[in-house]
Amino acid sequence: MLSSQIKSNEIVFGSCNKDLLEEIIFYGIGLGADFVEIFIENTDNSSVLAEEDFITSVSPSFGRGAGIRIFKGKKDGFVSTNDLTKHGLMRSVSQAIEMLDITDNKKEVFNGLNQHRDYSLSKKKWINEVPSIHEISEKLLVSTKFLKNNNKIITRKGSYSRSLQEVIIASSDGTYVSDIRLHQTVGLNVIASDAQYRSSGSRRFGSSGMPNEFRLWDNEKAANDVFESSMNMLYADYVDAGQMPVVLANKFGGVIFHEACGHLLETTQIERGTTPFENKLNEKIAHESVTAIDEGISEGSFGSLSVDDEGMEPEKSVLIKDGILKKFISDRAGELRTGHKRTGSGRRQNYSFAAASRMRNTYIAKGEHSKEDLINSISEGLYCKSMGGGSVGATGQFNFAVEEGYLIKNGKLTSPVKGATLIGEAKEVMPKISMCGNDLELAPGFCGSISGSVNVTVGQPHIKVDSITVGGR
Amino acid sequence: MNSREITTQISKAADLLNLKKWDYGASFSNDYSVQVDRGEAKQLKASQKQILTLRVWNQSNLVGITTTSDISESGIKKALKQANIASDFGNKNETTEFSPLAKDPIKVKEVKKRNPVGIKKLLTLLRGAEVKLIESHESIKSVPYNGLSESFFERVYANSEGAFRSYTKSQASLYLYARAEEKNKKPRSSGSVKLGYGVEDIDIETCIKEASNKTISHLNYSSIKTDKYLICFSPESFLTIINAFSSMFNARSILDGVSLSNKNSIGEKLSTEALNIYDDGLHEKNISSSPFDGEGTPTKRLCLINKGRIENFIHSESTARIFKTIPTGHAGLGSKVSVSPDWIVVEKSEENFDLKTSLDHSTYEGEFVYIEELNAIHAGVRASQGSFSLPFDGWLYKNGKKISIDSATVAGDIKYLFKNIVNIESSQEITTSGISPHIWVDELSITGDA
Repeated sequence: MLSSQIKSNEIVFGSCNKDLLEEIIFYGIGLGADFVEIFIENTDNSSVLAEEDFITSVSPSFGRGAGIRIFKGKKDGFVSTNDLTKHGLMRSVSQAIEMLDITDNKKEVFNGLNQHRDYSLSKKKWINEVPSIHEISEKLLVSTKFLKNNNKIITRKGSYSRSLQEVIIASSDGTYVSDIRLHQTVGLNVIASDAQYRSSGSRRFGSSGMPNEFRLWDNEKAANDVFESSMNMLYADYVDAGQMPVVLANKFGGVIFHEACGHLLETTQIERGTTPFENKLNEKIAHESVTAIDEGISEGSFGSLSVDDEGMEPEKSVLIKDGILKKFISDRAGELRTGHKRTGSGRRQNYSFAAASRMRNTYIAKGEHSKEDLINSISEGLYCKSMGGGSVGATGQFNFAVEEGYLIKNGKLTSPVKGATLIGEAKEVMPKISMCGNDLELAPGFCGSISGSVNVTVGQPHIKVDSITVGGR
Repeated sequence: MNSREITTQISKAADLLNLKKWDYGASFSNDYSVQVDRGEAKQLKASQKQILTLRVWNQSNLVGITTTSDISESGIKKALKQANIASDFGNKNETTEFSPLAKDPIKVKEVKKRNPVGIKKLLTLLRGAEVKLIESHESIKSVPYNGLSESFFERVYANSEGAFRSYTKSQASLYLYARAEEKNKKPRSSGSVKLGYGVEDIDIETCIKEASNKTISHLNYSSIKTDKYLICFSPESFLTIINAFSSMFNARSILDGVSLSNKNSIGEKLSTEALNIYDDGLHEKNISSSPFDGEGTPTKRLCLINKGRIENFIHSESTARIFKTIPTGHAGLGSKVSVSPDWIVVEKSEENFDLKTSLDHSTYEGEFVYIEELNAIHAGVRASQGSFSLPFDGWLYKNGKKISIDSATVAGDIKYLFKNIVNIESSQEITTSGISPHIWVDELSITGDA
């Protein structure tokens, strides 16, 4: 008897929590909320770090908590807590109601939760299928060993992290959803050094919902890639600054579109008034060779999801079609405040963040050219084979480091160059993407923004930008 | 459970699991924040957070760790068990011990206790600040990035040898980033951040004024010719650079091979003898100060550069043991313990005869670039290689005129930058990340549009 009483008064993962969730939502609606959303999570994460020939860090972590969001009109109040008891959740609802200063008597109707949509059924076994720490450690050590036989490599690191997130989402529109999300990522980093010369190289791989993926990772190829990259750049000269045409490589080259344009197509940017594309729907904002997509459905891709953090299945959104702006990336608050329909893009790092409109797998669609066509079309320019990180300022200027770059002279790749930075603004650069290759590939990454760090995929084929500012020495 | 009860609970659970040696760090916080959008409340947020990081040592003296937000009896047991499992993979080549200073006395700053003002008050204050900022100039159309928050937290460190220390604290912050637009010109954005122990300590008027002045001053901009320039770094931008390359003074980074320094770099001349740099987490102006680090080591002032030469590295317990010194109070708490600086203080030493003292940002009449704020640090700094290429907000001073610079980057090498410091102004300024005077550097590359 005591046991059943306790269960009915707190969230229990793997059990039916419908009665308790309905009671909490009724409570919020009864106090005058227009909308109540409850997001509850239970996480089981671990990470492993191999340095040189040793495992130097194994870090498991567990977390559980709830994020409760209340809307009144277009305002929202968000409260997060680690307390998953009925008392704790109701206290959070009360706090959110109080924050919003809800005093009117107008009451929304809550008809109870819909039938449970359980996306986790086939995923409960994942925790037993992911590689053990022992298995991960062995493979990471083999990976760093591949990089051992060269005395110019002074630092070798392999890292793995796994995130298993079990979520329950319930809201006053009847949404009642459960899901389990699995993300695994593995990376290799090296630093090479010879006298005064230094270079670094890195590669990262990632997947979602594929417990076996780490076992299939071709660590020898990854090690060869990262080694080759660092060696190519070790004696590179600094690039001369200036305006020039560039070719951006496929895969992670897509980070520029993600940062410089993708964020400006999120409804949070419309809400803030910080996107130059706010009133450009169905207008040309890019070269006609550019079609860009954001979706959450590619199987195994790092940004894919069965259901977003607001309980909506992700859709495939064509953002730009042949240079014409077609759609914005929207979440519940975005729809409420800007009128753009939700796209299954309400995402958050964890329970302590309210969901926001965020990208998932975002890429420029493939074109018809080969990589060689793009390079051959340039008499003097820069080939950006591997991109580092980047950022976008509050008024849309972007800045990206080129990790591995080569000069293009008379249509051929020539010497490697370091220290290059690509600088520009999305609305000026998008019309200058004049050629898209036929070799679209995706790459995993983490995107930090208003609702924390979320897993995403960036991607593109090789693309040519007719002119861009290259920062150097 | 309070922190004493948690310690007792961990001790009991560890006994049951036959774990003799353990330590933990925990934090408990209540945070409140508001954002506004043109007079309306945009998002109101509150959170109650608790997080516990536990380390255990197995019979081979190898360390395992687990982090959890479940501080129930069962959560603590589970965390101890998982940490014990993880200890099987503990690093045999670099052991970790308790800090030898974990029971030394700590200096806790006397700060008057602040109470939460509550969401409604935060909202009223921020609404008022937004209105004032928009009304301060006709070109300021919105304040797209803004926030006012207050946080109340407790931090704890304890270990199985009886060390126990905790402190409670409050902190509040206000940020206002305005956006200004004028016809046929690019929008410009700039802002200001203020910290205090409580909301009542925050100088809201100054924050509004700074955000307004900075934003408006950049409305009339021009591109700059790509070339090498004499640069004057503002205190904030120089501290940004020093923090970005703090791996030069970081023993952990040195051992990991990702620092420009090595074990023998103590005494190496980096710069003019006029340069002193300290890390001073307990400085009276550091609102974010903590009296002890993740391993329980007391925080203290440490000289990093003395008269242009590297004087000390910052350490955790394990790096200090390897370097045959003592921990400096800069450690985190992890399976592999990280090390990071607290609060940098830059000053002019007594040996300042080689400086070009005519270089003063308020009086110098020659051509130079003033770097007000550096951006995109995570993308543009390669700390292990020493290079940087960073966009900045700033001005070109030329022919007696001051012109805002349109989208440009400054690039260089940190050792070159140190060597080319030509003046350190006398007057220091307090920022959110430390204290520094204006610093002048000769011949740095700037890439502009022209």
